[in-house]
Amino acid sequence: MLRTIGRRVATAIPSLIGVIIVTFLLTRVLPGDTASFFAGPAATPQAIAEVRKQLGLDRSLPEQFASYVVNLAKGDLGNSLTTGRPVVTEIAARLPASAELTLLGLLLSLIIAVPLGIVAAVRQGSWIDHTCRIVATAGVSLPVFFTGLIFVYVFYFLLGWSPAPLGRLDVFNSPPPTYTGFYLIDALIVRDFETFRAALSQIALPTITLAVFSLAPIARITRASMLAILAAEFIRTARASGLKSSTIIMTYAFRNAMLPVITTLGMVFSFLLGANVLVEKVFAWPGIGSYAVEALIASDFAPVQGFVLTMAILYVLINLCIDLLYSAIDPRVKVEG
Amino acid sequence: MTVSSATAPAILDVRDLTIEFATRRGTVRAIEHVDISLAKGETLGIVGESGSGKSVTSYAVMRILDRAGRIAEGSIMYSGVDVVAASEDELRDLRGREMAMIFQNPRAALNPIRQVGRQIEDVLLEHVQTTRGEAKQKAIEALQQVRIARPEERYHAYPFELSGGMCQRIVIALALACRPQLLIADEPTTGLDVTTQKAVMDLVVELTRERAMSTILITHDLGLAATYCDRIVVMEKGKVVETALSKDIFSNPGHPYTRKLMRATPRPGAGLRDLLPLEAATAPLPAPAPSTGEVLLRVEGLVKEYPRQDTSGLFSKFFGKQQEPQAPFRAVDNIGFEVRRGETVGLVGESGCGKSTTSMMVMRLLDPTSGRITFAGEDISAVPARNFATNPMRRRIQMVFQDPTESLNPRFTAARAIADPILRGKSMSRDALRARCEELAGLVGLPLEFLDRLPHQLSGGQKARVGIARALALSPDLVILDEPTAALDVSVQAVVLNLLQDLKIRLGMSYLFVSHDLHVVRLLCDRVIVMRAGKIVEAGTAEQVLEAPTAEYTRQLIEAIPHPPV
Repeated sequence: MLRTIGRRVATAIPSLIGVIIVTFLLTRVLPGDTASFFAGPAATPQAIAEVRKQLGLDRSLPEQFASYVVNLAKGDLGNSLTTGRPVVTEIAARLPASAELTLLGLLLSLIIAVPLGIVAAVRQGSWIDHTCRIVATAGVSLPVFFTGLIFVYVFYFLLGWSPAPLGRLDVFNSPPPTYTGFYLIDALIVRDFETFRAALSQIALPTITLAVFSLAPIARITRASMLAILAAEFIRTARASGLKSSTIIMTYAFRNAMLPVITTLGMVFSFLLGANVLVEKVFAWPGIGSYAVEALIASDFAPVQGFVLTMAILYVLINLCIDLLYSAIDPRVKVEG
Repeated sequence: MTVSSATAPAILDVRDLTIEFATRRGTVRAIEHVDISLAKGETLGIVGESGSGKSVTSYAVMRILDRAGRIAEGSIMYSGVDVVAASEDELRDLRGREMAMIFQNPRAALNPIRQVGRQIEDVLLEHVQTTRGEAKQKAIEALQQVRIARPEERYHAYPFELSGGMCQRIVIALALACRPQLLIADEPTTGLDVTTQKAVMDLVVELTRERAMSTILITHDLGLAATYCDRIVVMEKGKVVETALSKDIFSNPGHPYTRKLMRATPRPGAGLRDLLPLEAATAPLPAPAPSTGEVLLRVEGLVKEYPRQDTSGLFSKFFGKQQEPQAPFRAVDNIGFEVRRGETVGLVGESGCGKSTTSMMVMRLLDPTSGRITFAGEDISAVPARNFATNPMRRRIQMVFQDPTESLNPRFTAARAIADPILRGKSMSRDALRARCEELAGLVGLPLEFLDRLPHQLSGGQKARVGIARALALSPDLVILDEPTAALDVSVQAVVLNLLQDLKIRLGMSYLFVSHDLHVVRLLCDRVIVMRAGKIVEAGTAEQVLEAPTAEYTRQLIEAIPHPPV
């Protein structure tokens, strides 16, 4: 098992090298001159040249790349020019916020979408099937910032049920000590239920917003793959053997139908992790997406490079997990290096 | 017409059964007013061609019809239980415990990601035949009863790890696990080799006799039904046309459809023309042009090796960890034969014997590991398979594929499919192309109005004709026929086989005919080559090989063909 994992991770190395090269080059061709941006609007050409030298931008591209790679090997992703702090610490602080939100959103959407998809397939053409279709279409057609704003308007402004959408915790609570970086889990570890409740009420709305959006692909894939499996010949065998419909649906059909669902899940997860910038903006969530966008706007390339690299590594890890899950479920799949 | 089985009380009584399917074009009656009764301990065959409603009837008995299907009229009584009126829960209790079913395509009939032993356990536990503690032991016993060697090991196997015959044994074990009274076997041996078919059928008969079970055998193969059944019901287009004892049905078929079906079934002593219906007054077979004896195709020392599943990983390859190299698998092992001009040579053997691999190499779709293929005096094995499409020899060797549906592009009309090989070569004016397509359609007997239809608008026989016309489009010298009739009904097969023979004589082609069906081979082939495990075990004229085989394996193959009591 460990050997398979090792082999699988090893095959990701070439793509990671590719990601490093491409992000490096891409950030160098971004519009806008970083040096003149940071020297300020009133700077003299001399001052700009000074800044450029300071940033190392006056050296040739291969030289810059070499020093970038050397630093990378030391675990140094450079410093953000806007905040002045190391990119590694910023990402380490912000990634858990994004991950907690995305995972929770995905979990919620799974809890709703998978049963919905199963029922829609089993009772094809019933009102549940139609509901599933409407919910899925609506969820995917409403942009997340819109649903997010509606939720804030209704639940915070009108009803006052939820706290102000201002980040992971309100001002009255201090973050729990960091174990995992996930506030909900950390608060539970130290048995600080007050903080847990506060963190939960903060994360509830953005989670629901994300869940509504990711509901559609998961529900649709579940329904489609359940329908395909339910028409399979071994389901007929199971029926002819008199098995209970719950056994047929869960043990026989659903386990087989899960494979495409898992694939979709991986895609939705990696997609959400980077793309939930809008949700992070609406709820002032200190996540990695908004960090990258701000850096991009400021032509601050170190954070952008760090962000892309982090995403690439996450993507590799997620796909590894999916492949392992696949081989756990389907004996026909052998995880190949 | 009906033979009453008054001796024993009926375990199953189907009266006046009509089943409707809701389709996009309204309601369709799949079967109409079907009466079937089955006595305790009796074996009943339901015979018919595709679309006759034989499978639908049996699904209705267990009430496992698709969502779209509905019992519109009639009654089904199973030892006192009204199946039509029973609740789903009552029926679920019957299924698997009282009546069980085995299916065509056994691998697909098993859950692909569940160990076969666990699947048997599921059924046992469902019907409270065992406790959780004993379930495994019981499942292994069930495997033992279907004569599976090393059942403790096989318990943990997944369907994809087992052969087709082995999977069918598992399906039988699954069906018989709870010792049901009625077994319905729906084409249980279609797609299996003859020797496997015999083993499976013998096993079913033995087990059902042992337990005094009643059996319904659904098949398209009249010979198979007559060999293994007491009584036979013949169905056509959703209706029962004849019910008779199987010993009578061959000697004295009552209904014209039965007679047609019987005539079309290839059997010893019947020639090609004998398969066609009497009323289709066909000219006798033209005398074959005297063979010039010129060798068209010569295969010498042909070998195809495949590497074994590589177990060493990328890393060990990179870092040079040398492993003991495994001997590669030899799919075709040093074979040689000749096909003369105007001759049909049959390549016979069971699945995995290398006959398809051989035909693919001759077709130059696959590169041999070693050996020579000489066609019309030229060494064509020297040309790599991926370049052969542009070789001038390509047009002289063509192929007719096994599945007439799968081998046609679903978005091409019949005319476009036929013209395809012509379009790959030289350009031709639209009118000339159309004229050529019509000529070819005429040659294979495809009515011209079908030329503009898409494959899904054609019947199986028509699709087979399109496939043949396509192979003939470039006037080849050698046509490789890869089980061209395996997917067709017997009556259609009879027509297609006759067509192939007529075309060969008219156009002076040679055929390499790949088949597992010895009866069909006897009809069409001048010479026969029997293959096993990549080697040729016997070769000779068709008569020699089929009437007086010298190899033990050939004898086994012939022995395994069902012998109906005539």
